[in-house]
Amino acid sequence: MVLSKKSETKGIGKIIFSSSLGTLIEWYDFYIFGMLAKTISIQFFPEGNDTAALLSTLAIFAAGFLVRPFGALVFGRLGDMIGRKSTFLITLLIMGTSTFFIGLIPGYRTIGIAAPLLVLLLRLIQGLALGGEYGGAATYVAEHSPINRRGFYTSWIQTTSTLGLFVALGVIMLVKSNMSDASFTSEWGGWRYPFWISIILVIVSIYIRLRMSESPLYSKLKEEGKTSLNPLKESFGNKANFKMVLLALFGAVIGQGVLGYTGQFYAQSFLENTVKIEFIQNREIMLWGIGLATPFFIVFGALSDRLGRKWIMLSGMLLSVIFYRPIFNTFLKDTNIKEWKKMEGNATPVIINNEILKVDSLFIGKELALVTHSKIKWKLQQGAGYTERRADTILNVGVSSSLIKEDTKPVFTDKKLSTPMKWKFILLVFTMIFFVTMAYAPIAAFLVELFPTKIRYSSMSLPYHIGNGIFGGLVPFIATLLAAGNPTDPLIGLWYPILIASLSIVIGTLYLTNKIDKNIND
Amino acid sequence: MNTVKKIMGFFWITLAPVIIYLLVRAAIQNIDSAGTKDINKPIPWIIIITVFTPIAIGLMIFGYYCLKGEYDQLPETSDDL
Repeated sequence: MVLSKKSETKGIGKIIFSSSLGTLIEWYDFYIFGMLAKTISIQFFPEGNDTAALLSTLAIFAAGFLVRPFGALVFGRLGDMIGRKSTFLITLLIMGTSTFFIGLIPGYRTIGIAAPLLVLLLRLIQGLALGGEYGGAATYVAEHSPINRRGFYTSWIQTTSTLGLFVALGVIMLVKSNMSDASFTSEWGGWRYPFWISIILVIVSIYIRLRMSESPLYSKLKEEGKTSLNPLKESFGNKANFKMVLLALFGAVIGQGVLGYTGQFYAQSFLENTVKIEFIQNREIMLWGIGLATPFFIVFGALSDRLGRKWIMLSGMLLSVIFYRPIFNTFLKDTNIKEWKKMEGNATPVIINNEILKVDSLFIGKELALVTHSKIKWKLQQGAGYTERRADTILNVGVSSSLIKEDTKPVFTDKKLSTPMKWKFILLVFTMIFFVTMAYAPIAAFLVELFPTKIRYSSMSLPYHIGNGIFGGLVPFIATLLAAGNPTDPLIGLWYPILIASLSIVIGTLYLTNKIDKNIND
Repeated sequence: MNTVKKIMGFFWITLAPVIIYLLVRAAIQNIDSAGTKDINKPIPWIIIITVFTPIAIGLMIFGYYCLKGEYDQLPETSDDL
């Protein structure tokens, strides 16, 4: 199919917009569940109920890991048999309606065990739909793109996972800021609004997508009667194609998946739970870092059209492997309170609140001693501060008390960084996401070019969702596992993404080609 | 380069069962009814081992293809697939 340059790019903006908007909505739907997990857990999975706890675990693990690759198979097959446009309309509709319905399920207190069961069911359906969306959008855009702009145009889809995160956070913050905490978390409270809003977004997106035409390459194939009758068999039963699926998975997608997840999600959890940065500032750092790096998806997508996909992806992975540990180590070192105190110099830290949480009494010999558990809020220079929780033992001697055992290991939480340090952390998060954009931006074009049109949707969807859903989604679980065996090393969890990415770098370097496939019309 | 690709095939074949062994061993060590973390629950391990076993088999097949020289020359067009 030979098209002039002008006709090739005509309407591509609309195509990218409609494809990306749908993918963005799917990510939005997926994220709001995670972001509202605490409230959802209270409403649907109450503590102390074993069945609800089991269903909660299944909702997290099965929806995230098991179902996404199955969705890739189900909708990939459909996309190769009935067309890209119809299939990614179906996935969007399924995703949007299941999100809307989650917002309509009465809480556990009203309908009992049916509530978590329905949530689990809808969550599984969401995972299934997510597994079908990306491959459709990437294939659809790539099959509309001119040869020399495929990386650039498909990279817009790569931005949607980040933009979906922003929209989800924005909607939740907007709703939350307009009501009290009690109104937000009650059974029919504000936490349901982001779920209901999804249906409006989906209707708009479906309206836009319905007006789009089928991919020209797929239409041509269909006219010629050359579509696949059994895409799964041809994708995974045909040795020549299956070996390319394996190469895509091990040589690129698993590395990109683990590094992407670590940079965007694990970093946030690390800053919150290990470094103990205050809730709002933590999100501010992540949003600035991710937001500033997002345009580089487009930059590296476009660059991959000139330099090839392989070396940009592998360079991103290599830089991540080299710098992730030093970056995470800097997060830890720079938030060491002892160092903060030293840096204050002659300035005296100010206590803005000293609260005695509880007092325990005990006898040391014949003397009565008191253990005071206190929470002290400290304010330092340049907006920095922290909360100190300590337990000091005081020997009670009538009206005058003497400290006999000072807590040598107080716990420091709610750390607030000074303005210069906050920007340093934003720069570090930006650097991580910058490397992620290198590894992630060319991946859609790379996958599209590996497989023929008639089985492209099936062949590219499965490795993508195994890499991102399974390998990427397991980052927090494996990190916890590694930390359980080595509790003294807070950076131990990083070895999982580093080792997986290193495996990808070796396989990619040895076996992948940097050549751009000029002809994806076959 | 093709010789290196083939030699590494042995490594990928060996790596796959090692991964499964490590996962099963980690599951046995960490499943604990008294524990409260996800790694102490059996369900995540059942899901993970079920999902990773076919992936590890895929890695073995990949290693086998490397060994047989299937990746010495990548296909140029879809007709080669």
